[in-house]
Amino acid sequence: MANTTNNTYPAYEKVLAARDASKLTAVDFIQHMFGDSFFELHGDRRFSDDKAIVAGLAKLYEMPVTVIGIEKGRNTKERMERNFGQAHPEGYRKALRLIKQAEKFRRPVLCLVDTSGAFPGIGAEERGQGQAIAENLMEMMTLKTPVLTILIGEGGSGGALALAVADEVWMLENSVYSVISPEGCASILWKDSAKAPQAAEALKMTAQDLFRLGVVERIIRQPKADDLAMFESLKLLVMRTLEKNLALPDAELLQRRYDRFRKIGAQDAQE
Amino acid sequence: MDFFAFVKPKNELEATAEKQQNVPFVPEEMWVKCPKCNTLLLTTDMEENLHVCTHCDHHFRMSAAQRIALLADKGSFDEQDAELTSKNILGFPGYDEKLSKASKKAKESVRCGICTIDGVRTVLCVMDADFMMGSMGTVTGEKITRAFEYATEKKLPVVVCTVSGGARMQEGILSLMQMAKTSGAVKRHSDAGLLYITVLTDPTTGGVTASFAMEGDIILAEPNALVAFAGPRVIEQTMRQKLPKDFQTSEFVLQKGFIDAVVQRSALKPTLAKLLRLHGYGEG
Repeated sequence: MANTTNNTYPAYEKVLAARDASKLTAVDFIQHMFGDSFFELHGDRRFSDDKAIVAGLAKLYEMPVTVIGIEKGRNTKERMERNFGQAHPEGYRKALRLIKQAEKFRRPVLCLVDTSGAFPGIGAEERGQGQAIAENLMEMMTLKTPVLTILIGEGGSGGALALAVADEVWMLENSVYSVISPEGCASILWKDSAKAPQAAEALKMTAQDLFRLGVVERIIRQPKADDLAMFESLKLLVMRTLEKNLALPDAELLQRRYDRFRKIGAQDAQE
Repeated sequence: MDFFAFVKPKNELEATAEKQQNVPFVPEEMWVKCPKCNTLLLTTDMEENLHVCTHCDHHFRMSAAQRIALLADKGSFDEQDAELTSKNILGFPGYDEKLSKASKKAKESVRCGICTIDGVRTVLCVMDADFMMGSMGTVTGEKITRAFEYATEKKLPVVVCTVSGGARMQEGILSLMQMAKTSGAVKRHSDAGLLYITVLTDPTTGGVTASFAMEGDIILAEPNALVAFAGPRVIEQTMRQKLPKDFQTSEFVLQKGFIDAVVQRSALKPTLAKLLRLHGYGEG
């Protein structure tokens, strides 16, 4: 795939960058932002513990937060274990359990999204992949605690959205977020997955496109592993945003979150 | 070259019920072949039987107009937001042509309105497979959202009949966001203590399954409908193996615990009326 890039399709270069196996994953972000304060929590209390979702409690300076990430894994062994960051329903249910727990303690939630999509498989369908995602969307919309989502790589369709019903959604400068993969889009529309670069352009899926469309609030500079200053400023930014939203009365927090999504597609429809 | 092509129509006619053998010549559109049992059915018979095969009970797809006629009391459907039509917001190549082709077959991917179902005032949304396979674009999401907001304000129950290939990729991320938007409107309706019933029809997949289709207080499905998040072809490609028989049918998801009942089309309206009344909704 990597050979198909060229300068005519900058969006597809972003797609490849977002999938780059050497880039930082959710676990890296958690380590760099929270260090030893992170305590991992496991299981959906219904079926199993989905390792594609890494979740737990941490301290952001003095503020306790719930952190939920979709983890692709950093080497082949980890990637197999993490199912390449493709969660099953039990992963989304683990996330929802911990999100509801955060609400109970009015603890802010930080979601780190990096997935090519929810896993398409027999077990996932048998256990209600669609229902699990739908429930997350519904419950997160009225969650009475601040939620912030950062896309740190790929944002693949419903499997990403299931952790992105938030007060604000940010994207790393080389991350993408789309309704379908460019390969999938090209093979369905043009019967040729080699036209993925064209599809990537048409889908408007880069962080810059999404910012222009008003779907995300902020674009974050791409961090490097040893870039401590960058992580420090990201931590500050996250804390300021969570604190600001924590200060809002519930009704206003929820109204703003509702309006954030309510406006998308509304004006276009009224024209 | 198929040398037997000229005898084919005769053979097919002979293969069907005896009563049809005396028919000397019938124009093609008068017949419809059941995709499940291959029986040739008189179109009028099939339509009179609520678009269900008289031979094997296969439920044919219905247009939104036909389904509204099936469920809403005669003349009661007061359509809302019919003026909203899909546009090529992202300038996606080829989408304008697709839209103009689709709009010749159906008005939109969903039609919403207020009606009475056996006398019970209800907000009814019906998706239409004839419009780009009921894919969810911004207009779909907007119309469903408005329907739920109206129902919440007027304290009315909502019935949504789904049929969808998923989110509409030609509207990119904006169509994905409709999953969150509609879910928000469903949640507010639910928090207001109001009833929402979904009727899943063939096929209900992708972003619609992963949002409002699975969010009903009561979820019904027509027999043998495809109900899935990832479609069978996607899964076969990932797994590189054949899928079990009857995988992702209404009966399958019922057995797995994700819907409440499989309801025959002929029983659909009385079932909805009964459930609405059980929740205290009624005349006036």
